[in-house]
Amino acid sequence: MIAADLAPLAVVLPFLGAAVTFLLIRHSRAQRAVSITTLSVTLLIEVVMLLAAPAAGTHAVKLGGWEPPFGIVLVVDQFSALMLVVSSAVSLSVLIYAAGQGMADGDEDGPVSIFHPTYLILVAGVSNAFLTGDLFNLYVGFEILLTASYVLMTLGGTAPRIRAGVTYVVVSVVSSMLFLIAIAMIYGATGTVNMADLAVKLEDVDPATQMVLHLMLLVAFGIKAAVFPLSFWLPDSYPTAPAPVTAVFAGLLTKVGVYAMVRVETLLFPGDRINSLLMVVALLTMVVGILGALAQSEIKRLLSFTLVSHIGYMVFGLAISTRIGLGAAVYYVAHHITVQTSLFLVTGLIERRGGTANMDRLGGLARLSPLLGVLFFLPAMNLAGIPPFSGFLGKLGLIQAGVDLGTPLAYLLVAGGVATSLLTLLVMARVWNRAFWRSPADADDPDPILLASKADGTSIGTSRHVTGEDTGKFAGKDPVTLLPRTMTGPTIGLVVLGLALTVLAGPLFALSDDAAQEMLDRTPYIEAVLGPGADR
Amino acid sequence: MTVDITLIVLMAVFFAAGIYLLLERSLTRVLLGLILLGNGANILLLAMSGGGGRSPLYVSGIAAEDYTDSLPQALILTAIVITFAVTAFMLGIIYRSWVLGRQDVVQDDPEDRRVADQPSYDYEDDADIAADTTEFSDDGSDTSDASDAPSSGAVSADRSGDAR
Repeated sequence: MIAADLAPLAVVLPFLGAAVTFLLIRHSRAQRAVSITTLSVTLLIEVVMLLAAPAAGTHAVKLGGWEPPFGIVLVVDQFSALMLVVSSAVSLSVLIYAAGQGMADGDEDGPVSIFHPTYLILVAGVSNAFLTGDLFNLYVGFEILLTASYVLMTLGGTAPRIRAGVTYVVVSVVSSMLFLIAIAMIYGATGTVNMADLAVKLEDVDPATQMVLHLMLLVAFGIKAAVFPLSFWLPDSYPTAPAPVTAVFAGLLTKVGVYAMVRVETLLFPGDRINSLLMVVALLTMVVGILGALAQSEIKRLLSFTLVSHIGYMVFGLAISTRIGLGAAVYYVAHHITVQTSLFLVTGLIERRGGTANMDRLGGLARLSPLLGVLFFLPAMNLAGIPPFSGFLGKLGLIQAGVDLGTPLAYLLVAGGVATSLLTLLVMARVWNRAFWRSPADADDPDPILLASKADGTSIGTSRHVTGEDTGKFAGKDPVTLLPRTMTGPTIGLVVLGLALTVLAGPLFALSDDAAQEMLDRTPYIEAVLGPGADR
Repeated sequence: MTVDITLIVLMAVFFAAGIYLLLERSLTRVLLGLILLGNGANILLLAMSGGGGRSPLYVSGIAAEDYTDSLPQALILTAIVITFAVTAFMLGIIYRSWVLGRQDVVQDDPEDRRVADQPSYDYEDDADIAADTTEFSDDGSDTSDASDAPSSGAVSADRSGDAR
């Protein structure tokens, strides 16, 4: 019994939690307790797995005692263990934030009682996708998390969410169909869906057929990861969901796509056949994404565009596919999950404090709530890649890998990466100038809540005891705590986690470097699943 | 591996019809397209289990090539269940869309429209040029036209100035 044998619990526990919270659907307090406990325990187990991973190496758990390649295996290596820990830490913070929002607004019996079970199913799907060593099980994992995400996306069923949900569902279903078709074709070509077995058998397949299978998988995962030109759906659908939902989607769902792309590139189809194509795609994703962000004034949409843009950095590392490039990409994924989620959570707070997430209508937030200012500023600078934050370290690793490769395309990619970083800084500075620095009176049509003052004329702080007429969205609900501790707490936690990635950059980079070496080597993975000597 | 030609033709028809329906703007047709695509993918999986005519069941002692490969059928079952759930959910949101807006079409994103319609950022240049040309114009008939343009330009410049 080693720590990695606990892997199934990472999937089973959230499912159990989902079942229990579903039974408790009329008891929101108990629901909250159960779901937070479940995720905390899951996180704890995953941390144990991660700490044991470097020593234990790659380990496969055979579900139901079926021998691979016939049964389903869960594979724990350093990459999947790292992804599990980061994703669970992020989803736990978001869960507490969402629960805090519900408590602060007094939605004890609101229509969101379905939130907790669905959210736990989403986490189970994400964990399953990270762990599985079976291509069809990966499809099932994707479907679990996507189906849960459909429900979360359309939570409440308002007209904008239904409109955005339709786009999201149709695009996701089409990408899943492509994935299913790819699986069918791969099965036809090799007669197996076990990923380690495929890694061995795909080498014997005709190169042209290999190329078709490879590209089918990449297109399917590219849609999920929102890689340009398959990213159009993301900025349309994400911003309309509730703030915590957008935050967890932005942090996790696209990264699952990136994770799957990494596995395809390293395990199933190694080699550099399409690396030039990936480099072009990475460059376009970075540049087009950030140019899109420049045109936005809605902060959530703007962040969705930066999300697309920064997926380009991960594809960048994947396209370089040297040890240092891949290692930097792994580190960048961990960094980006944390930072992007915290930015979306902060935007949720901005929306509460300022009444809107449209930066044309915001102003003076740095003065009204210095805490909010700090909470936005740190991850924003981290995202832009200002030294000494983790965003800088990740980008530095990628640029170093690009320069080491030294081809003209790699240099172009490096230049594109630097330009995107600067443009991200420009975008973040615009949000800062408008929403945080200028006087609220300068805003276009500011929300009443932004200008509201207490009876004695001083501006309201974080809790709201306002006199006079109000038409804000909290009208009739006085007193409302605008920035409750249950919401700022998890946000602070995530921002601190983002900073911890900087402080712990040494061990973490060593870990991602090792993970990259393991993946490029392939032998540990194949031997862990199929037994020693399977790699010929 | 032998492949049943009927299945392949059927799959092609399903995919063609499915993609055609998917490109429609009516949500119900999009859903029908998705169902056809899903069934096409299932038929593809079935075709990948090899030709027909073999024993569907395993009897002890039977040679491996004499009974049919059951894994694709298990995969199809799973895929059918998933497609079923997604179809039910899609029907739900299509109905909701009908209840809310009395429409069954894919709608444009209003924020997209707004971003596309927003004025160019050279608002100062635009306004100044319009104002300058009126000074050099002797033609009286043009001024009524031109006096409108700079005033609206000035307003937009002021608004944007505030926004900074």
